[in-house]
Amino acid sequence: MKIDWAALGSVFGVSLVITVAMVGVFTLGIVGLSRRERALAQGESAGAAVTGAYACFAACAAVVAYGIYLIVA
Amino acid sequence: MESFSLILAIVVVTALAFDFTNGFHDTANAMATTISTGALKPKVAVAMSAVLNLVGAFLSVEVANTISKGLVDESGIRPEVIFAALVGAILWNLLTWLVGLPSSSSHALMGGLIGATIASAGTGAVHGDVLVTKVLIPAIAAPLVAGIAAMLATRLSYALSAQRAEGKAAEKGFRAGQIASAGLVSLAHGTNDAQKTMGIITLALVAGGAVSPDSDPPVWVILSAGLAIALGTYLGGWRIIRTMGKGLTDLQPQQGFAAQTSAATVILASSHLGFSLSTTHSVSGSVMGAGLGRKGGVVRWSTATRMFVAWGLTLPAAAVVGALAEYVTGFGAWGTALVAVFLIASSAAIWVVSRREVIDHTNVNDIEDGTEPAGVVTTAIAAVTPPPAGTVADGLTATIPAPAEVTAKPSATAL
Repeated sequence: MKIDWAALGSVFGVSLVITVAMVGVFTLGIVGLSRRERALAQGESAGAAVTGAYACFAACAAVVAYGIYLIVA
Repeated sequence: MESFSLILAIVVVTALAFDFTNGFHDTANAMATTISTGALKPKVAVAMSAVLNLVGAFLSVEVANTISKGLVDESGIRPEVIFAALVGAILWNLLTWLVGLPSSSSHALMGGLIGATIASAGTGAVHGDVLVTKVLIPAIAAPLVAGIAAMLATRLSYALSAQRAEGKAAEKGFRAGQIASAGLVSLAHGTNDAQKTMGIITLALVAGGAVSPDSDPPVWVILSAGLAIALGTYLGGWRIIRTMGKGLTDLQPQQGFAAQTSAATVILASSHLGFSLSTTHSVSGSVMGAGLGRKGGVVRWSTATRMFVAWGLTLPAAAVVGALAEYVTGFGAWGTALVAVFLIASSAAIWVVSRREVIDHTNVNDIEDGTEPAGVVTTAIAAVTPPPAGTVADGLTATIPAPAEVTAKPSATAL
């Protein structure tokens, strides 16, 4: 009997990094959107925050697309 | 499809029945947190999950091939063995659904298969090392990996967003993220679990001599398996959804998002890196991890413990039923008929018992204490407690099922 510790370890590592990164980046995107919401409420503009937010969401979408690619492939 | 015997037809129908129970058993994996945080309405959530399961079923046949080409010796298998295995798996799925505990449908299936194979061909026909590496280790690893990832992600998310992500935009954003990641879990579930049934049907067809060994599942098998799992998913195992979404911990959309993202990542990473982990175990682990990750978040360990016990029992219990069923089918056609009647009768009995306390999309988020059937406790206490003068009986029944650990919503007390 041979337990594939390397595979298990890489599942653990990859899952941990991707999950934390995804959630972190997505949260930053949402922080950006919230900032715009507040800025709009005060009549200011928050262009940088919005651009950053959409960049974050785009990164998440790319990861999801890769996930779907993994399912299909 | 020549030489399609009666027993083969029975096996195929039973396999599709298992697929159906698999669907409604595992709806919770993808959609429990989405429903409990209110990101999607219950019916919408299960419909979406059903569609994605159906789509997922068509995407690949790799898992099906692992089942039909790895765990047991194909040569020693008769269709009756597979039938017996399915009986064990279905009954275990229905029982755990009745008590509202998430448990791995794959373990139930493997347990049934192992029990039936041992009863039929002796212990030699089961690959013990495959059992440990593909079943036991993943069962321990999945909740740990998913749980730790979800906990750290939740911590990070709350740390990043502290006082900076509030209001409508944040709320809507986390809901959208949660729906997307839940969708990914559904899709992955379809590719994994619908294929288990395809694998089983193919195994039966090989065993019955209807298709040649080592062949991929025929198209009609893929189609019917996909439809069965989608239908089961749509009907929704509301009892398990309630446990997973509300019973283990209380989740906010932000946590739900972290939990589903962790689960989706673990499932995809594990199946891609060749260390397949159970969807159920991953999601349960990530839900608990997300619960622990928020400050002040709690995990209800009593519910979690019962779930762990159920996980431990899944394989042996399904194996015992599978072995017994195989023993009885060994008596010939009437034995097989007897097992079939037993399966239908037990399923009907479980359904009848479940009607005593109906849980569906209307009350799935109303939680009493975990999954404890409130009626039992309430009636037991009500039976021994003489109603004191001046106390309305309704007040008594309303306060007992919700101990202090859950702040029961008013709607829960109305049950």
